[in-house]
Amino acid sequence: MQRKPLFWLQLAFTLSVCVFLVVPVVLSALAGLTVNYQTGLSSGLTFRWVIEVWSGYRDTIFRSIGISLACLAVTLVLGIPAAYALAKKQNGFTRALEELLVMPVAVPGLATALALIVMYGGAGGFRTSWLFILVGHVLFTLPFMVRSVLAVLLAIDLKTLEEGAASLGAGFIQRFTHIVLPNCRAGIVAGSLMVVTLSMGEFNMTWLLHTPFTKTLPVGLADAYASLRLEIGSAYTLVFFVMIVPLLIAMQAVAQKPKQTFKTDEE
Amino acid sequence: MALRRENSLLIALLLPAGIFFCAFFLLPLVRLFLIGGEGKLGYAAYAAIVTDRNYFRSLVSTLVLAAGTTVITLIISGIAGVFLQRHSFRGNAVLVSMLTFPLAFPGVVIGFMVIMLAGRQGLIGDITLALTGEKLVFAYSMAGLLMGYVYFSIPRTILTVMAAAEKLDPKLEEAARSLGASPWRVVLDVIIPGLKPAFLAAGAICFATAVGAFGTAFTLATRINVLPMVIYTEFTLQANMAMAAALSFVLGAVTWIVLAIARQFAGGTVAAAG
Repeated sequence: MQRKPLFWLQLAFTLSVCVFLVVPVVLSALAGLTVNYQTGLSSGLTFRWVIEVWSGYRDTIFRSIGISLACLAVTLVLGIPAAYALAKKQNGFTRALEELLVMPVAVPGLATALALIVMYGGAGGFRTSWLFILVGHVLFTLPFMVRSVLAVLLAIDLKTLEEGAASLGAGFIQRFTHIVLPNCRAGIVAGSLMVVTLSMGEFNMTWLLHTPFTKTLPVGLADAYASLRLEIGSAYTLVFFVMIVPLLIAMQAVAQKPKQTFKTDEE
Repeated sequence: MALRRENSLLIALLLPAGIFFCAFFLLPLVRLFLIGGEGKLGYAAYAAIVTDRNYFRSLVSTLVLAAGTTVITLIISGIAGVFLQRHSFRGNAVLVSMLTFPLAFPGVVIGFMVIMLAGRQGLIGDITLALTGEKLVFAYSMAGLLMGYVYFSIPRTILTVMAAAEKLDPKLEEAARSLGASPWRVVLDVIIPGLKPAFLAAGAICFATAVGAFGTAFTLATRINVLPMVIYTEFTLQANMAMAAALSFVLGAVTWIVLAIARQFAGGTVAAAG
């Protein structure tokens, strides 16, 4: 089919938006691997900056991974039962609860962090440990876990499945582990990816919650941008991309998967 | 009897999340509100955002910036999103994933992307230097912040627009065209009204995010006079906890209300980050 001029115009526009989004990422990746960015690529490629980041900021990388995994564990334990309860009882009250639970996403991280500080800032050991950051991250990511699992639970006929199992004598624990969990697997996977990705990149809250001994990766990034040369900031950003891009790709893949049908855990 | 047992079971399942939420969010927020009234202004601190000239000025520039971000993002994402949804061609999927890829970049990284484009060693500076002999550097100003927020908002807005465009009925457009409507009239009278709920929802998210975001402004310059930066300065440099508390409480109320209205229109995932 012959394309109209309007098509090409729109394509050009869309392509330029892509360029706007992708070019700085590529530039920054290049800068992190170039000997001298000002001089350009002719100065040669090097791993020097990446190595400097690794030796100077390794701890922030491991801390961020640790916090995001701990955050995942907590959101799974708190979120799945809550989502199940919200799915079982759909009324004004539970909808209000859901609305409340989503608040930490709507309220800026800055405000949440200040609130945590005025409440618990005096609790010495807690304030200076990484757990203080974890609490903030759980608040911010829990809604994503709950919503993701809830969406799946509402899409399946949970009631019939559970009644079937109950009529065969399955108790609650049995129903939960053999019916509910296998059926909301897709929601759990999507929610988990979201939680880990968000926790890994969280800055607004973490900047206020961290101490010099509990720096996370984004906090280290802000440090590096403010005080170190562009090449090191870029190399650090590159490390962050390498960590986050697989998560983003997995997230896109999960989102594109066709809707699942009923499942039992015997496959 | 069985019903009662089921109810108490459900409550028990909600309890862990509920306790966590109350202890680390609701109670701290209440405390934040009280602290906001403990400064030398008392509870008048909550009015300071409109009565104090400096705070009011940063409120206005924050709102103008957020409105600008919203309008620009909606136009860009509207055109690109509808285009990608309507036309299938080779490479379409690649373009979509390129456009949605920065979805989870934190604000600090977005700030750095702006520096790569419009900073002292940025691409735009190099190009303008070669073309006109003068280096254009605007990363460390309101314009740079605007660019960062648009960068940040495009991915999620495009996703919303594409999802909504998928549900538009092409028959309506065909009918309009067969009645002699020009492409522009079709866009204005059929496509835009059809996408209105998505535009409202996505726009509210853009707006609320731009009002509350902190990381990008922090990376670009501490001198940019937007509300989150003012709060941060009050908290760290002035050590004026009461004012910081009052301002952030108001900021939180603004974004929460905007997003609550958005959810009325759209439902679905409403997220603010950065």
